[in-house]
Amino acid sequence: MVGIVIVSHSAKAAEGIRELAMQMASPETPILAAGGMEDGGIGTDAFRIQTAIEEADRGEGVLLLVDLGSAIMSAETAIDFLDEEIDVRIADTPVLEGAVSAAVTASSGGDLDEVLAAAMEARSMQKLS
Amino acid sequence: MAAKIYECIEVIGNKIIENKDFLTDLDRQIGDADHGINMARGYTEVLKTLNQDNTDIGAVLKDTGKVLIKTVGGASGPLYGTAYMKAGKVMSGKTEVTADDAKAMMDAIIGGIKLRGKAEQGEKTMLDSIIPAYEALCAGIDSGKDLKACLEDMCSAASAGVEYTKTIRATKGRASYLGDRSIGVQDPGATSSLYTLEAIRDFAAKL
Repeated sequence: MVGIVIVSHSAKAAEGIRELAMQMASPETPILAAGGMEDGGIGTDAFRIQTAIEEADRGEGVLLLVDLGSAIMSAETAIDFLDEEIDVRIADTPVLEGAVSAAVTASSGGDLDEVLAAAMEARSMQKLS
Repeated sequence: MAAKIYECIEVIGNKIIENKDFLTDLDRQIGDADHGINMARGYTEVLKTLNQDNTDIGAVLKDTGKVLIKTVGGASGPLYGTAYMKAGKVMSGKTEVTADDAKAMMDAIIGGIKLRGKAEQGEKTMLDSIIPAYEALCAGIDSGKDLKACLEDMCSAASAGVEYTKTIRATKGRASYLGDRSIGVQDPGATSSLYTLEAIRDFAAKL
């Protein structure tokens, strides 16, 4: 199964988004939150993200959903730090909506390309019809 | 140069911590008002956790980078962290810094920051003080000046680079949201880079 890691400046935001995504996914779907910093402050920490990627990987790759600014730079730093060969992609999409879409596809056995495509659909999702 | 790498990092850290409010104030004008706070938090942790007796310059620089990545929180974490880790790679296993090492470190740092920040010179970033600093350092070394004089030239060029950032608009980071309104304010990252280089110069001057 494809893993999903939620990166946010806020630990609470990342955990909350994870919670929403898990509601749409089977319980064994590896969705991890990597938000905030070790001391509980607002920010992103490449090492936290690296650990989450390694934990989320089941051999089929990992999709990262990121919030703002330095979250992207920290995510890229984390990818550089990985020792093992893990196929990791960053989805350029709204973090919450993207995570929910990605969770559904990952949960139903989609591969990394499909999970990424699902996350990207969130960019054009209409909320009011 | 003699190997007291912890003391050098200490001089850098203290200079950043002393200028915390000024850096944050610059960032308040064109960013998200956290640069000084973030950098000071990072260096406070660096000074607390580094092994003071380790003489392997490369190892200490790498450790510094890791702690900054872990504790700074904003974009300066990965940027300065990458810079230290690239410099650490150059200095791996070494206990003294030669002129060639200094050049090689600066070259590796610039490459790392460009890659990490996807930035080039002229975009109102730390590169606008570091790249001219590197060029001045190389010019000094190549003309046979002694290293202390070269570090002086390096800082003058970095300082001129900071002044230059007042004249240009930001296209990277939070400041880019301001467009032309970012003109007139010096870049906080270029400024903290200048302080770093000045601290290294001041440390070396006392050796």
